[in-house]
Amino acid sequence: MVTIADYGTYETAWCPGCGNFSILKAVKEALTASQLEPHQALFVSGIGQAAKAPHYLNANVFNGLHGRSLPVATGAKLANPRLTVIVESGDGCNYGEGGNHFLAAIRRNIDLTLLVHNNQVYGLTKGQSSPTSEEGFVTKAQPGGVASTPFNPVAVAVAMHAGFVARAFTGLPDHLSDLIQQAIAHRGFSLIDVLQPCISFNKVNTFAWYKKRCYQLPSDYNPADWGAAIKAADQWGEQIPLGVIYRNDRPPFEEHFPVLNQGPLVGRDVDRMMLKEIMEGYA
Amino acid sequence: MNRNSVNLLIGGEAGQGLVTIGQILAKSLVRSGYSIVVTQSYHSRIRGGHNTYTIHAGADRVIAPLETIDILVALNEETMTLHRHEISPDGIIIADEAFGISDDVSLRVPFKELAKQGFLNIAALGVVGSIIGLTEESIAGTMDKFFGKMDQKTAEENRLALSNAFRWTTGRSVSFSKLPPVSDPPKRLIMNGNEAIALGALSAGLKFYSFYPMTPSTSIGIALAGWAERMGSIVEQAEDEIAAINMALGASFAGAPSMVSTSGGGFALMVEGVSLAAMTETPVVIVVAQRPAPATGLPTRTEQADLNFVLYAGHGEFPRAILAPGTVEECFHLTYRAFELAERYQGPIFILTDQFLADSYRAVAPFDVENLSPVSPGSDPASSSSPYQRYALTDNGISPRLLPGISMQLVVADSDEHTEDGHLTEDLTVRQRMVEKRLKKGKGIRAEAIPPQMEGDKRPDLLMVSWGSTKGAVLKAASQMRHTGKNVSTLHFSQIWPLVSEQFMDYLQGAREVVSLEGNATGQLAGLIRRESGFLIEKQILRYDGLPITPEYILRELTK
Repeated sequence: MVTIADYGTYETAWCPGCGNFSILKAVKEALTASQLEPHQALFVSGIGQAAKAPHYLNANVFNGLHGRSLPVATGAKLANPRLTVIVESGDGCNYGEGGNHFLAAIRRNIDLTLLVHNNQVYGLTKGQSSPTSEEGFVTKAQPGGVASTPFNPVAVAVAMHAGFVARAFTGLPDHLSDLIQQAIAHRGFSLIDVLQPCISFNKVNTFAWYKKRCYQLPSDYNPADWGAAIKAADQWGEQIPLGVIYRNDRPPFEEHFPVLNQGPLVGRDVDRMMLKEIMEGYA
Repeated sequence: MNRNSVNLLIGGEAGQGLVTIGQILAKSLVRSGYSIVVTQSYHSRIRGGHNTYTIHAGADRVIAPLETIDILVALNEETMTLHRHEISPDGIIIADEAFGISDDVSLRVPFKELAKQGFLNIAALGVVGSIIGLTEESIAGTMDKFFGKMDQKTAEENRLALSNAFRWTTGRSVSFSKLPPVSDPPKRLIMNGNEAIALGALSAGLKFYSFYPMTPSTSIGIALAGWAERMGSIVEQAEDEIAAINMALGASFAGAPSMVSTSGGGFALMVEGVSLAAMTETPVVIVVAQRPAPATGLPTRTEQADLNFVLYAGHGEFPRAILAPGTVEECFHLTYRAFELAERYQGPIFILTDQFLADSYRAVAPFDVENLSPVSPGSDPASSSSPYQRYALTDNGISPRLLPGISMQLVVADSDEHTEDGHLTEDLTVRQRMVEKRLKKGKGIRAEAIPPQMEGDKRPDLLMVSWGSTKGAVLKAASQMRHTGKNVSTLHFSQIWPLVSEQFMDYLQGAREVVSLEGNATGQLAGLIRRESGFLIEKQILRYDGLPITPEYILRELTK
């Protein structure tokens, strides 16, 4: 029986009141509810305040480079498909620096959960705009306001028929934890874009701002309906829908490799007779 | 006059099938017991341009590409114009009679009478095969195997073109002496450098390979992709080189021996990942197949100008090894060794090759793949301390490496400076210890460095210093000079980092004159030798026009 205590408690480097605390708690609850033992999980993260999260629980961790957690996670999952792989990083890491990997991971539909702490600002580097910052958002680096329109990760993921696309808000932690459980259980790529306030550097998209706008999709909403999902994904501004916005049953990437039917690559012998045969093909 | 070897060049446009007949000819030669060195020179395009496929073949072992052409197979008129001056005094040109040349060394062939359009290259293959002394049966057998399954009509046209060409040639009196037959030829493989790298990687236990296509490295991926299912390995074409190296690190972290390959520009994108491999202490083999740069440079030509780049790539200070194969055999063995080093020292290990060697087919003895033990990734969880510390401080800097998900132990790796248990830290005392721990591994790598290979008199009049793919050309040039009574030796590096000066200082100091030979414009190895040993090599022979260094090039430059 896995309990939340198995995941430990650590001192963090986050600002008091940061949305990261709610996400960390929801992650631990979801892992416990999924009855996953710490050694069965691998967290891969990049760089940013969000990317520190895996250091604050008990699990296997690869804390890599800014923007590069998805490829590391992809390699690790292919090498050992038995690992439950969770990528946890921020909006800058996943949607900015790692944008190409975000698109490629959706296309592959590799079985992992991407948990994006999306606070629409760069926290670790002290308040520059992020790919999801709203147009006109003023920072020290963008004193005239952000001139680009924000990236909508949920709409992009739905447009690309990602396996599982959800949006959550740190003000609804139980809902978030439930979504994480569903994402872990989903076989294929899962995105959870988690809206969270940055109390230090985002004075526009505050807790109150999100709370006023976020609403849970109604129970008769059908996430298998791609047309409806595109509409829901595009909704932003006065009303922001939360929940599973889209899902499908595309086969996960790993299924395309028959070699993985036998489990992890580690510890497999080299078939030397086959290697000899291949080599002799060069005669 | 009898000849022991022949240098033949097939030239034409891309799309004329010159690589096809070059390959079939090279394979037929090897099967008939001859030794070969193939040089491929091509434009970065799919149709048109001027491309050449050169085979230096001999009854005795040949080791280097040659410039002087004995047989020029001109599939277009441009080939004659460009290469006429390279033909040896007893050489011949094989060309279509339609080209209307009246040169007395030419064999004017009525190709259109011998083969239908689309099969003219096979007719040319028949003519040249017949002239050098291969049998029609031997070429036909190679051709069938080369093309594999194809429709019967095409196969018949191929055979007809070959047969007509043999009949036509046999009816001429061609003043060109054939190669002597080789009796009882030993079993030989025909393989290029990149294929040998792929095979060496599998023999070492490669389980994961990711890449983004880039000439001249791509054929490693093509070979591995073709074998992946049979060998139980995974090959993934990544979205970019950054993803390729990060994927390989993820796979390696999770226990799959991993490799990436690229060329200079792609490697530039991987560089941050090199530093990540070093910091997280994750084994990875990185193949850099050089081509002329900066930037896009000459995509399909050769150069040795990325030595410094690979040596210094990656921010921060950390150990690495750079292996630079000089032959197809070394491509195999040094790749195997790279996996051993990567696993033992848990970091980035490099193979530095180039377009010339990547594309150069050679006859090689079969490798002993049955008796090479693959690397065993990770340490035994049973013998690790609990709780496990991924970066435990040890005398030699090497920490036991457990793999995530294989035992109950948790494995934490971090790109930040970290404590022994893998968590990020800003404790500056820990920082200092971790720097020292990583650098300690460099001592082990250094102690295992492959010494440079010295051939010839220990106190020569002239010592030629070289590295990587120029090996054959330098050995050949030295041997030719010895035939003329000169006291010449060679010192060849197939590992260029770490450079251990005690291994070669006596040789450098014992020679009356030292000359370095490199395929770059600034003498990068010579510079590195100076930095590491203080020895200044004053005379340098350099080549940076995109072509490989040849024995003729060396001899010309030495007499300047």
